Amino acid sequence: MPCKSDERSAWRCEFPILDQEVNGKPLVYLDSAASSQKPRVVLDTMDFYYRMDNANVHRGVHALGQRSTEAYDNARAVVAKHLNAVHTDEIVFTKGCTEAVNLVAASWGQANLKPGDVVLCSMAEHHANLVPWQLAAEKTGATVKPVPIHDDGQLDWDAYLALLNENPVKMVAIKHVCNTLGTVYPVKEVVSEAHRVGALVTVDGAQAVPHRPVDVQDIGADFYILAGHKAFGPMGVGALYGRLPLLRAMPPYQGGGDMIRTVSFDGTTFREPPNRFEAGTPNVAGVVGLAAALEWLASQDFDRIEVHEQDLLASATEALEEIPGVRVLGKSPGKASVISFVTDFAHPHDIATILDSEGVAVRAGHHCCMPLMGRLRVPATVRASFAMYNDNKDKEVLIQAVAKARRIFS
Amino acid sequence: MLEELYRETILDHGRKPRNSGHLEAATHKADGWNPLCGDQIRLFLIVQDDTITDIKFEGCGCAISQASTSLMTETVKGMKVVDALALFEKFHAMVVDGTVDELDGLECLAGVREFPARIKCATLGWHALRSALAGEEAASTE
Repeated sequence: MPCKSDERSAWRCEFPILDQEVNGKPLVYLDSAASSQKPRVVLDTMDFYYRMDNANVHRGVHALGQRSTEAYDNARAVVAKHLNAVHTDEIVFTKGCTEAVNLVAASWGQANLKPGDVVLCSMAEHHANLVPWQLAAEKTGATVKPVPIHDDGQLDWDAYLALLNENPVKMVAIKHVCNTLGTVYPVKEVVSEAHRVGALVTVDGAQAVPHRPVDVQDIGADFYILAGHKAFGPMGVGALYGRLPLLRAMPPYQGGGDMIRTVSFDGTTFREPPNRFEAGTPNVAGVVGLAAALEWLASQDFDRIEVHEQDLLASATEALEEIPGVRVLGKSPGKASVISFVTDFAHPHDIATILDSEGVAVRAGHHCCMPLMGRLRVPATVRASFAMYNDNKDKEVLIQAVAKARRIFS
Repeated sequence: MLEELYRETILDHGRKPRNSGHLEAATHKADGWNPLCGDQIRLFLIVQDDTITDIKFEGCGCAISQASTSLMTETVKGMKVVDALALFEKFHAMVVDGTVDELDGLECLAGVREFPARIKCATLGWHALRSALAGEEAASTE
C-alpha cells in the first residue's frame, strides 16, 4: 500500500508508522509539532547500533567500545555541520530541548546573572524556554520580562527595542518557529539588536529544524537548541549549540563520569566542552539516531519541502475557515505549516476526540504555551501540524472530521 | 463508541450547564483544575446540617467536564454529605475502574471509560466536590 501512487506525499513511504489504521480508519498524523515520525533509515540505524555496535563510549579499548565511540563522536560532527557551527565542540548532546535550556539557564545563568539583570522571553515562548529562566532568575535575583506579540503572533518589534533600551538585559530567550501558531520569528534581527546592547540570545529551534535549513553563524545565535524527536529523530535526545568561548567559560551543569579530568577528595577538575556538559553514559543510540535523521533531512530538497508544506498550509487554512464557526489563529506571513484553531461549537478536547475517532491525530490544549493562550484569550486550541509526509488526502480527512464535529455539537 | 461518549444528555448539559453561577453565601468552595488540558471549574456549596442545600459552579472546559459537573450538581443537591461522598466513590468506580455499571442518572457518563484521555475531564467536578467538602480550596486531577 505505501508509495503506490503519486496521490500520496513522496516522503510518506519512508515513514513506516503511517501505514496503519487507527479506530478502524487510516491514520492521519497531524501532530508532528508534538513529535514527528521517524523515517526508516533512523529506525534501521538505531536497530543496527543496538544489534552490532552497542558498548559504552570513551572508555573501552575493545572493538565495540571503539565503534560506539566513533559513532557517537561522528554524530556530533553531523549536528555541527547541519547547524553550520564553526567547531564540532560547540555541540553538546542533551536529552532534549528542555534539558538544553536548563543547562544554559543553570550554568551560564547562575554564573552571569546578577540581581537587577533582566532576561527577556517572548510572550509566545514554550514553557521550556521560559520556566528554566524563571528558576535561574529566582536563584540570582534577576527578573524575567515578557516581550509582547501582536495578534497574529509576530513579535512586537517596537516593544522589543524599547525593552532592550530600557532594561539591563543579559539574555533574550526566543523561539525560531512557534510550536503553536507556526510564526517564524526574525531571530537574526533579534540577535543583532540584543548584541547591540550586550545581551546574549538563546534560540529554541525545536520547530525550525524540521522545516528549514538552519545556519547558526548567519543567525548569530549564542545558544541554539534542537530536539531529536521533533526533527524525525528519536525521543530522549537533543542538542545544544553554544559559541565555544561561552561554553568554555561556563561551569559544569551536572557532575559525574566522562565530564571530569581528575577527581580527588582535594578537588576535581573538569574537561573542556562539550564533554564538561555530558556527565554520565550518554544516550548513544539516540545520538546516532539523531545524526541519521539530520543526514536524511539534509539529503532532502528543502525548497520542495517548503513548497509542499506551504501548499498544505494554505489550502488547509482556507478549507477550515470555510467551515462555519471555525477561527484560525495567528496567520502571520511566511509562517510554518502549523495551524491552531478554535471553534464556536466545541471545546478543543472534544474536537480532538471526534478527530481521533476518524483516525486523525491532532493536539488539543495549551501546547506548553500558557502565556500565549492568555495573550490570545483562548483556554486552548486545536493544533494540526503538517510535516513533509502529510498530503492533500490527510488534509481532506481533517476537514471532513472537523465538519463532522460541527454536526455533532451544533 | 463515540456515540457512547457524546450522548444527547452529555451534549445537552455541555451546552446548557445546570446550576451554573456563583454562591455568595457559600460555606464550602473549591477550584478544580486539570493542568494537562486547562479545564477549570469553581465550585460553591452551602452545607447545612450535614446536607448540601445548594450548589453552583462556574468555569470553562470541554463538553465532558462541563456536563459531568452539571450532572453532579443536580445529583448531589439536597443530599447528605456522607451520601455525596459515597456517590463520589461509586462514580469513580464507574468511569475509572468500570466496576459499577448502574448509577442512577449518571450512567450516561460510563462511556468515558473507553476514552482514557478523557476520564479526568469527567472526574474534575467530583474531585472539586470532595475537596470542597474536605475544606480544601483546590483540587487537581494530577
